[in-house]
Amino acid sequence: METDTITAISTPVGEGAISIVRLSGSAAIPVTAGVFQGKNLHDAETHTIHYGKIIDPETNEAAEEVMVTIMRGPKTFTREDVVEINCHGGMIAVNRVLEIILEQGVRIAEPGEFTKRAFLHGRIDLSQAEAVMDLIRSKTDKAMSVALKQMDGRLSQLIGRLRQQLIETVAHVEVNIDYPEYDDVEEMSHEMMRTQTQEVHAEIDHLLEVAKQGKILREGLSTAIIGRPNVGKSSLMNTLVQENKAIVTEVPGTTRDTIEEYVNVRGVPLRLVDTAGIRETEDMVEKIGVDRSRKVLEESDMILFVLNYNEELTEEDKKLFEAVRGLDYIVMVNKSDLEQKLDLTKVNQLAEGKPVITASLIKEKGIDELETAIAETFFAGDIDTGDMTYVSNIRHIQLLKQAKQSLEDAMSSLDMEMPLDIVQIDVTRTWEFLGEIIGDTASDGLIDQLFSQFCLGK
Amino acid sequence: MVYDAGRYDVIVIGAGHAGVEAGVAAAKMGAKTLMLTLNLDMVAFMPCNPSLGGPAKGIVVREVDALGGVMAKVIDKTYIQMRMLNTRKGPAVQALRAQADKPLYIKEMKHVLENQENLTLRQGMVNELIMEDGVCKGVVTETKAAYYAESVIVTTGTFMRGKVLMGDLEYESGPNNQRASIKLSENLEDLGLDLTRFKTGTPPRVNSHSIDYSKTEMQPGDEKPQCFSYETTEFITDQIPCWLTYTNEVTHQLINDNLSSSAMYSGMKRGTGPRYCPSIEDKIVRFNDKPRHQIFLEPEGRDTEEVYVQGLSTSLPEDIQHDMVKTVPGLENAEIMRGGYAIEYDAVIPTQLWPTMELKHIPGLFTAGQINGTSGYEEAAAQGIMAGINAGAKIVGKEPLILDRSQAYIGVLIDDLVTKGTKEPYRLLTSRAEYRLLLRHDNADLRLTEIGHDYGLITEERYDQFVEKQRLVEQEKKRLGKLIIKPGDAVQQMLQNANGAPLKEAVKAYDMLKRPEVTYDMLEHVIETNGDLPDIVKKQVEIQVKYEGYIKKANEQVDRMLKMESKKIPDDIDYDDIDGIAFEAKEKLKKVRPLSVGQASRISGVNPSDVSILLVYIEQGKIARVAN
Repeated sequence: METDTITAISTPVGEGAISIVRLSGSAAIPVTAGVFQGKNLHDAETHTIHYGKIIDPETNEAAEEVMVTIMRGPKTFTREDVVEINCHGGMIAVNRVLEIILEQGVRIAEPGEFTKRAFLHGRIDLSQAEAVMDLIRSKTDKAMSVALKQMDGRLSQLIGRLRQQLIETVAHVEVNIDYPEYDDVEEMSHEMMRTQTQEVHAEIDHLLEVAKQGKILREGLSTAIIGRPNVGKSSLMNTLVQENKAIVTEVPGTTRDTIEEYVNVRGVPLRLVDTAGIRETEDMVEKIGVDRSRKVLEESDMILFVLNYNEELTEEDKKLFEAVRGLDYIVMVNKSDLEQKLDLTKVNQLAEGKPVITASLIKEKGIDELETAIAETFFAGDIDTGDMTYVSNIRHIQLLKQAKQSLEDAMSSLDMEMPLDIVQIDVTRTWEFLGEIIGDTASDGLIDQLFSQFCLGK
Repeated sequence: MVYDAGRYDVIVIGAGHAGVEAGVAAAKMGAKTLMLTLNLDMVAFMPCNPSLGGPAKGIVVREVDALGGVMAKVIDKTYIQMRMLNTRKGPAVQALRAQADKPLYIKEMKHVLENQENLTLRQGMVNELIMEDGVCKGVVTETKAAYYAESVIVTTGTFMRGKVLMGDLEYESGPNNQRASIKLSENLEDLGLDLTRFKTGTPPRVNSHSIDYSKTEMQPGDEKPQCFSYETTEFITDQIPCWLTYTNEVTHQLINDNLSSSAMYSGMKRGTGPRYCPSIEDKIVRFNDKPRHQIFLEPEGRDTEEVYVQGLSTSLPEDIQHDMVKTVPGLENAEIMRGGYAIEYDAVIPTQLWPTMELKHIPGLFTAGQINGTSGYEEAAAQGIMAGINAGAKIVGKEPLILDRSQAYIGVLIDDLVTKGTKEPYRLLTSRAEYRLLLRHDNADLRLTEIGHDYGLITEERYDQFVEKQRLVEQEKKRLGKLIIKPGDAVQQMLQNANGAPLKEAVKAYDMLKRPEVTYDMLEHVIETNGDLPDIVKKQVEIQVKYEGYIKKANEQVDRMLKMESKKIPDDIDYDDIDGIAFEAKEKLKKVRPLSVGQASRISGVNPSDVSILLVYIEQGKIARVAN
């Protein structure tokens, strides 16, 4: 039977307090153990559950707090070794974990593949076979339509262009091989090949980079609201949520008191995160100091910094300015309906050109200005949505990464001065991976290219 | 009334490159074999270019040899020139090409056939097959001779309803004015075979005395002696060069002016020609920006003055051909001895074959070679030997032989044909092989000799030599893995000479050989040599060590492929019974009837989800059988 290891998110999208990443196959336990901080899972007893953290091996940072269930075959759903990683609800955490698992060389499961394996290993009886086949069919159709919908027309054009560039290079090498005496075309050199691979590599790299930004767009800009006690942070949060249709509301979880509110402000998706605890630890800087506050705030994509119009600037306010220096933030001076005690000139000075909005949440004044400022901050930044070809489908991202890896293999063969026909094997692989993204897996493409590009024959 | 002309185990119709391999293989396996051909003076005739081998094809010649075939040995005895191609590229794409002596090749091959035990060579035209209960049981010739056999292999090349075309001249004919085979083609159609119409072409031949070689460029053979067969020990050193010249604007203008008189451009609907073997008319039309095209002048043999004008394949009228040839430098006064022509013929749509080359709906009937829609002598030989082996296997009670895509170019060729079919005459190219790093010319023996031996096609003597070679390779690899090279003057000097980085610390000789710039020969100067290891062993060790990483990666892909190949599809599967499979995929599966899930996945139009469903369905069947 298939011995490679597969993984997928096994809980419905966007519902429930927990989400599960499931792995099945011989590498399920070692792979999980490799990115798990906690008990040594290699030796874990079957059917046991373990608390710990999933570590991103690239950054060595903890990505998610999880509970991991270890189930050794054959007493499992698929009869293979199965691992289930329980993450927090919401798509962000579980996607992050899935990505880390995929980085370890585990393959994303085809639609219905867990069930298929269960069946092929005799786990499901005969009467259910029809159902399994229906499931594969419907899930595949659904996955295909979703993937198609998620695919930007510009993306498929771009991939098509990259593939064309690769196939022309490959055809060039092939014509040198199959028609060694054909002198119309110069012999492909290592330098020519290097230029071609580097160009495509840069484009794929860019796509993956933009994919990260696309992820921000989908998942929302992580936005922190900070300020001293009683300046109106909770009111601001409530106002934004009321003014704008909340997309998803997550109830505080059972294992961690996180509050996330999703709002869409003038096309900018905000994820209002209670990073350091707006509600509980209102005196953040006081409690954990400027440096650590800053670290927490750096994880946010945007910061809403609330001041009180009715109070003079305090030491704590100044410390907060220090903590947000250089980050993307907007200052909102609340309670403008009350008497002015705040020195706005001083505030503008400290804000170093960042927007300062005067508002009264109670009187519903200044909210428009705030929202405009949020949109402007977002759209003026690096993220240019108008000109962005972004990849969102996790399978596409995975294929892009594989394509990139193949190209890098080709490039290292080039550096080792390997013959071009060997380098070309990996270039062809890249072309195939990119083809899978746009659903073009016909293998005759190369032969067609060969004969349309060159005049060959006896 | 027909007369009973005798009983055989295997009958081969045709004695071209497919036929001779089929006949010899079956006979060697112990099957009593009859080979019928239209003209005994034309066995293994080369109707087109006088050369064998080249990229991919040269590797096939060696594969056929490793399976006990005859092509390699005969060309090794008769070539007029031998070259190793792609020597500056990787080991996977290097290949030998020989210029053949056409008349001598025929003579030598006929001699091989005449002396082959169990093989009867006879002249005769087959008109129809003898069928009993849907099974092919023999053939009837035009002289009313009825021959009976367990298996019949049809290798009729381009003869079936062959039609020669030149300008507006057209007549029924096989290649080179031999008789076309009309009745057999009609008979096959009556038996329900799907035929298609393909075409190919050949250039004019000119008299060597009329060529001014001073205006051309000499293309000599290699100085280093080379050969195709692993058994050849004597080399021909007296080689004859080929010559290179070019077409020009005048040639192109002439062709353009007369395009409408070309048989292939006259507007008549014609068979499909190969893109890789275009006529000069095609080249001018499709690539009209090219100021010139290469023309190779290739002698057709030692004892003939005919010279093949490679690059001028044409179906223009004779008078235009005369004018066209004269526009080419060196050919100003050239005398055409035979004109070029196109030939149209019937081909069997190859998806009707099992991978054993046997027809799916006519047990006992095999087809091999150009009749299956391929082109090329080597492609024909490859199919011929496989058909011969499988027909022979039925007689002697051996398992059928199917080579997979990682074992041989032969496997790639046959799998492509029977799984995907072909819309144009099929030619092997290195790019058709996804595991070409494994399918090298240097390891064809390592890949296939064992199989050839199992099927009784390889002599014990040759087999022992092969086993010994294998042993030496493994032993030497092991030795290099233990040998330590320390950084010393000799080593550093060697690396410096080869533009390599100096050695910092001691390494195993094995790892040193992995460096791209280090060859086995260089290594021998800095390590203790291993007695008198044959060069072929040294080379093999070098390739296996140097490309180990890439070979390993290819092998991993092969393992994945083989897993799917090992999932067999039961013969009695009813695709209509499987709901989940898409309609188009179902139609394709019903037609191709793949033997394994792996083969099914290569059919165009069968998607991954169809394959998944197929897997589940097969598993369900297995469970059901156990339950019963």
